[in-house]
Amino acid sequence: MRVALFITCFNDTLFPDTGRAVVRLLERLGHEVEFPLDQTCCGQMHFNTGYQVEAIPLARRFVRTFAGYDAIVSPSGSCAAMVRDYYGRLGEIAVEEQGDTALAEQVAQVAPRVFELSELLVGQLGVEDVGAYYPHRVTYHPTCHSLRLLKVGEAPLKLLRAVRGIDLVELPEAEECCGFGGTFAIKNADTSMAMLSDKLRHVLDTRAEVCTAGDNSCLMHIGGALSRQRSGVRTVHLAEILAATEDDARV
Amino acid sequence: MSSAREEILGRIHAATRDVPESEKADDVAVTRSYRQRHEASRDELVELFAERVADYRATVHHVRRASVADVVAEVCEARGATRMVAPADLPTEWRPSDGVEVIADENLSHEQLDGIDGVITGCAVGIAETGTIVLDGGPRQGRRAISLLPDYHLCLVEADQVVGGMPEAVSVLVDGVRSAGRPVTFISGPSATSDIELDRVEGVHGPRTLEVLIVGADPRTTAS
Amino acid sequence: MSGPSPSFPESARVALANTQLRRNMGYATQTIRAKRALVVDELPDWEELRETGRAIKESVLRHLDEHLEALEQSVTRAGGQVHWARDADEANRIIAGIVSGHGATEIAKVKSITSDEIKLNEALAARGIEAIETDLAELIIQLDGDESSHFLVPAIHRNRAEIREIFLEHLDVDELSDDPRELAEAARLHLREKFLSARVGVSGANFAIAETGSVLVVESEGNGRMCTTLPPVLISLMGIEKVLPTFQDLEVFLQLLPRSSTGERMNPYTSVWTGTSEGDGPQEFHLVLLDNGRTAVLRDEIGRQTLNCIRCSACLNVCPVYSRTGGHAYNSVYPGPIGAILTPQLVGIHAAESLPYASTLCGACYEVCPVKINIPEVLVHLRGKVVRHKQAEHSGWRARLDPEAAAMAAMARVFSSRARYERAQRLARLGQAPLARRGPISHLPGGLMSGWTAMRDLKALPQRTFREWWVERDGSRADA
Repeated sequence: MRVALFITCFNDTLFPDTGRAVVRLLERLGHEVEFPLDQTCCGQMHFNTGYQVEAIPLARRFVRTFAGYDAIVSPSGSCAAMVRDYYGRLGEIAVEEQGDTALAEQVAQVAPRVFELSELLVGQLGVEDVGAYYPHRVTYHPTCHSLRLLKVGEAPLKLLRAVRGIDLVELPEAEECCGFGGTFAIKNADTSMAMLSDKLRHVLDTRAEVCTAGDNSCLMHIGGALSRQRSGVRTVHLAEILAATEDDARV
Repeated sequence: MSSAREEILGRIHAATRDVPESEKADDVAVTRSYRQRHEASRDELVELFAERVADYRATVHHVRRASVADVVAEVCEARGATRMVAPADLPTEWRPSDGVEVIADENLSHEQLDGIDGVITGCAVGIAETGTIVLDGGPRQGRRAISLLPDYHLCLVEADQVVGGMPEAVSVLVDGVRSAGRPVTFISGPSATSDIELDRVEGVHGPRTLEVLIVGADPRTTAS
Repeated sequence: MSGPSPSFPESARVALANTQLRRNMGYATQTIRAKRALVVDELPDWEELRETGRAIKESVLRHLDEHLEALEQSVTRAGGQVHWARDADEANRIIAGIVSGHGATEIAKVKSITSDEIKLNEALAARGIEAIETDLAELIIQLDGDESSHFLVPAIHRNRAEIREIFLEHLDVDELSDDPRELAEAARLHLREKFLSARVGVSGANFAIAETGSVLVVESEGNGRMCTTLPPVLISLMGIEKVLPTFQDLEVFLQLLPRSSTGERMNPYTSVWTGTSEGDGPQEFHLVLLDNGRTAVLRDEIGRQTLNCIRCSACLNVCPVYSRTGGHAYNSVYPGPIGAILTPQLVGIHAAESLPYASTLCGACYEVCPVKINIPEVLVHLRGKVVRHKQAEHSGWRARLDPEAAAMAAMARVFSSRARYERAQRLARLGQAPLARRGPISHLPGGLMSGWTAMRDLKALPQRTFREWWVERDGSRADA
């Protein structure tokens, strides 16, 4: 299977370790990973903030860059959902605004082949035990877009349960949004903080040392506050837990 | 100047230009793959009905046909109700055997109804799944005001009037509405409010006490 | 709307600082949410009911004119009179005219959000008619000159002690405890006389049936039954989107609404009347059909689904934003996720620009909506309209001064070329150097991003981007 990594601009720039973990994990499972260097940003922030027309060129770039792969994997639920669930709408806008029907056709080809990491592993590759070892107390936050747009369901938890050495604890009110919401955290900073406070309380209640999720954007939001509070809890992307093995010196 | 009616209809027509002219209202297919009938025996339905009515903190009794008049007298006495209003066509065998004055509703004023202890009615249909009794002004039910103003409602439901769910109830009611424009009232427990700190209080404006007698059912099980 | 309302972030800031409100809202929304989940899980065919509910609403909206004409005919045939109102003023004039025509100076009213939308009570008061709210919560709010904060439990922001104070001040009672039972009893006694003396009752309508002309009010306390049964004249106000084709359709909506709304299998009372009935109830019935911006919503093919709404409030209770800010922050009679999409469409996008952004797009609202309104989809669509509106208004150099628009344009340009994108990554790393000398960034200078570091550290950019690592690795693999 020709798997292309859609790293997302956010992970590329801020969380390169997550991308490296995805590569290491998939190669360990015997898959060849390609990284098309022409990729930049999927346009989610533009689209969700109301700059949909501005997102159209980014969508065109995406479908051109990723055409021809069997599967496109992303360590971000919300960016994967942007392509799979909302590129169709961008295709419509391209028709309405610019009379361009090509984008819609290309989206129909490419978008269904985009998967969030846990979806690819459990749903497409059929693995749950990826041979990981991670001797820590961990709680999992299901991000809204992986939960309600992609509907990844139990896939991340199945993967985590199979990790050796892990002490996986349930997060209370797990399905409630952490309050990130992209530009929401900036435009509605007060409400975002009120939501984040509750999420932090639930994370701390679990006495976990690591909070994980399938999206570094939510994790940056949660982790930024855990760091500010010197709480002794850190955030780690799901891919990095799944990539860890007993040979790793890393803690 | 066009009338409001013409203008609103015109706006709607303009707003729905995306709908093909040839498409008519009836052309739009609506699939109804939800449950139409409950596959349960009569006894099971009556059992469920009694349980669900009781869930609303209403009182439920199972009564044999022959002892209805005695039970009606007993429950009224237990509530301290001595004057009960009833629709003029309430069957004789449903009238309390003694100790209770039954006033037939012959155009009683609202003030008169307000001063009466309670009301005895039948119903059009009972819904097991939701514990609902439905009145539609048909036989043994009277007009709406009599089951509204008195503070105590004693409702008699024939066991064979109990249906499974809402779709079955609607099909019982639809003819009366279509042909006679009958007013329908769905009653699920006594009047209630949760407006103050979500603390449920039974009885605000409607009857504060609802008591249901299921007539003709197995008297073994008595919920209350 | 009179004058521009404060924006959502401004009002939310005030609401979030009110600890009593936070506590009440949190408790209320969690409680109702849990009740709803229980009774919804009980039905094996919930998803099928939702789908049929959605489909019926869609079919109605596609042919709304036909259904309204059918409703007008059937109501008239059943002895009622139908009135059409283009906007709030026209509806208020019609209702006031009917009330005055009967020489009445008081009406008994059952809770109706549509009547709040048109500010009916104020309009009647201006014409010397007093509207008496008979729903317990509405009475509390009316006595206190307050505003509703929730569709279903409008006084949820008030606690029992506050309600006791309000009743002691306004009702004719000398002694009163703060026991909800006693408070409800005080309201019962106060309103009973009003019900018996009112000559005109006014209600909203949860549904109206085109086939039969039947109108419904779904409620709990019995004040709806009182208002629609006892006064000799009844006036019902309904938005034009509330019509359903057939009586049979009720078998769907009477399952969807109570479970989604109060989290009950069925609400205590649902009244259905069909015109007038001889010897039973009001002998004069008026139905007022209100547009007031609804046809504008209908015109937008994506926004149209907003009119599916049956005002259950399930989306309010699951919304992580609403459950913290409460309803007042929305500055609209329609709060929560549904308000965030309905209000801007009814009043015009320019008058409620901040509402489509009052959401994280978490999607919890769509998941519970009994008529499957894709609220996040409509929110994003409306955000697009807000941006277009701003762009049209501030063309040229003024548009470039808008910091958000400028940032979005700059980023779109950066992302449009690999070279520019990689250069921007390198520049960002250089630019952060003075801020990130000692690990994470804990303070950003003013401007757009300073809200972030009020509560959170910002992760410093790593030494190497992912693509730099990849290119190096590829290079070393090629060399090997």
